[in-house]
Amino acid sequence: MARAWGARLIEFQSVTKAFDDGTVAVNDLDLAVEAGTITVFVGPSGCGKTTSLRMVNRMVEPTSGRVLVDGRDVRSADPALLRRGIGYVIQHAGLFPHRTVLDNVATVPLLGGWTRRRARARAAELLEVVGLPQEVGRRYPAQLSGGQQQRVGVARALAADPPVLLMDEPFSAVDPVVREGLQDELLRLQSELDKTVLFVTHDIDEAVRVGERVAVFATGGVLAQYAEPPELLARPANDFVADFVGRDRGYWGLSFVAGGALRPDEVETVTVGASGVVSGDEWLLALDEDGRPRGWLRPRAVVSGPLSEQELEPGGSLHTLGLPLRGALDAALSSPSGRGVVVDRGGRAVGVVTAHQVLELLAAERAATQARPEGGR
Amino acid sequence: MTLDELGRYLSSPSNREQLVEQFGQHVYLSLVPLLLGLLVAVPLGWGAQRLPPVRAVVFGGASVLYTVPSLALFVVIPGIIGTRTLDSVNVVVALTLYTAALLVRSVVGALDAVPGPVTAAATAMGYRPLRRFLTVELPLAVPVLTAGVRVASVSNISLVSVGALIGTGGLGVLFTEGFRTRYLAPILVGIVLTLLLALVVDRALVLARNSLTPWTRLTPGGSR
Repeated sequence: MARAWGARLIEFQSVTKAFDDGTVAVNDLDLAVEAGTITVFVGPSGCGKTTSLRMVNRMVEPTSGRVLVDGRDVRSADPALLRRGIGYVIQHAGLFPHRTVLDNVATVPLLGGWTRRRARARAAELLEVVGLPQEVGRRYPAQLSGGQQQRVGVARALAADPPVLLMDEPFSAVDPVVREGLQDELLRLQSELDKTVLFVTHDIDEAVRVGERVAVFATGGVLAQYAEPPELLARPANDFVADFVGRDRGYWGLSFVAGGALRPDEVETVTVGASGVVSGDEWLLALDEDGRPRGWLRPRAVVSGPLSEQELEPGGSLHTLGLPLRGALDAALSSPSGRGVVVDRGGRAVGVVTAHQVLELLAAERAATQARPEGGR
Repeated sequence: MTLDELGRYLSSPSNREQLVEQFGQHVYLSLVPLLLGLLVAVPLGWGAQRLPPVRAVVFGGASVLYTVPSLALFVVIPGIIGTRTLDSVNVVVALTLYTAALLVRSVVGALDAVPGPVTAAATAMGYRPLRRFLTVELPLAVPVLTAGVRVASVSNISLVSVGALIGTGGLGVLFTEGFRTRYLAPILVGIVLTLLLALVVDRALVLARNSLTPWTRLTPGGSR
């Protein structure tokens, strides 16, 4: 059975865009975006993903075919009014340097004829929604960090409460750590505000992370595959997609394998600060007084006096019980003892897993899936 | 020449009255064309910046116009627009043309300097072209545009003096008179007042630019 679909809020119907010099940016695109989801267009540069996005708000007009928003051909709408009803976040934020942050965010309400007072009040509200302190509102964009500017860009796009949000490589100009924070924020906003988001990126990791559905575009503006991320990683439609998704896709795919069946083993532990610690043939997991892992003590170590953190090998990444298996495998692979530490939601150690256990679990899962009769696909 | 001579020239009430009158006339004849030229250059530059064929025509025309000697233009204009030969309107029209010719390049350069993502964002927010131009592009063009206006203001203030040769007022009158009577004092006073005017106008333009562009003098993280 194919997955049940919600309302199709944005539809591309046989859309082609050829430029005057003959290059085809988008080639016969047929695609529907479900209301209330984040859909990602991903592909190498020159694959037509941004061109496709810009056809939704008429920044680019198709050569042939139709683009529908909420069932209406966008070409029947006045471009300026259409755009005021569709949020847009651009790469590098594209904030107006001559206006304060508050006035930047108030842009669309002001264009829509709101009073300045009401528009600014709405803008102040939105700063809070995107997690910026109120005093930022009085500053100019040049006074903000890249990450803050992107947040302002998102706030500006949301100001008139549009049902559709277009995001054109919104986070590609910020560093990886900030980017991850912004992606999480986007997922949080989406779950709270229930917008329909069309998101363009060239980064497959980002696509898989934020997208509920991902459209992979190939060079020449051809849609190569349109699927949910686990499907995309597990069953690329062709060599182009397999290649684009990359050689880590098997590992990435673990992000979508539930870790509920994982049963961590017990492990011998020792508390930091305890005196007269002697380890045997096994690594000892060192915990603090609250039971949070601090590191590992090597086998056959003799510690005179209280155990301090200096004597410990730093631990690997931690796997939180119940999250997808990717974290469990990473925890095992990055741990000096070869055993990954599993913690509960409060960060307290509950046990350890080996890479072998994770792989066995995967094998069992795969066998169970194959035993099941073939479904709709 | 001695300081006495200068003192005698300045102590005469009729001379002082003439100085004030010519100075006022000079301000009028140089600044009104500056403003009018700017008003002509902005829409021309807007068209030139958007449409390459317009750009070619406008830039070509501006270059040719600026090559015509000012005195020739002062003399030819009455024939073209039907004013009297000694009308100060001739100077206003000629200097407006020069200003526009100078500034149209500045306007195009200033609009080119507005970051692409900013104009794209404005379009995507739902600005119509005219409002986008007036409230986004033009304010952002002010820093580069001001540089052009400063050059044009100095150019105008010096060119007005030439008008004295065709009988219009301004500080140039002091030069022609001083030359005719072989009297150095009015020439010296004329030069000093011209320089002073140019400096004051330049300063005023810088102040105007600064008050229009508070966002250009910010440090990241500061609160203004």
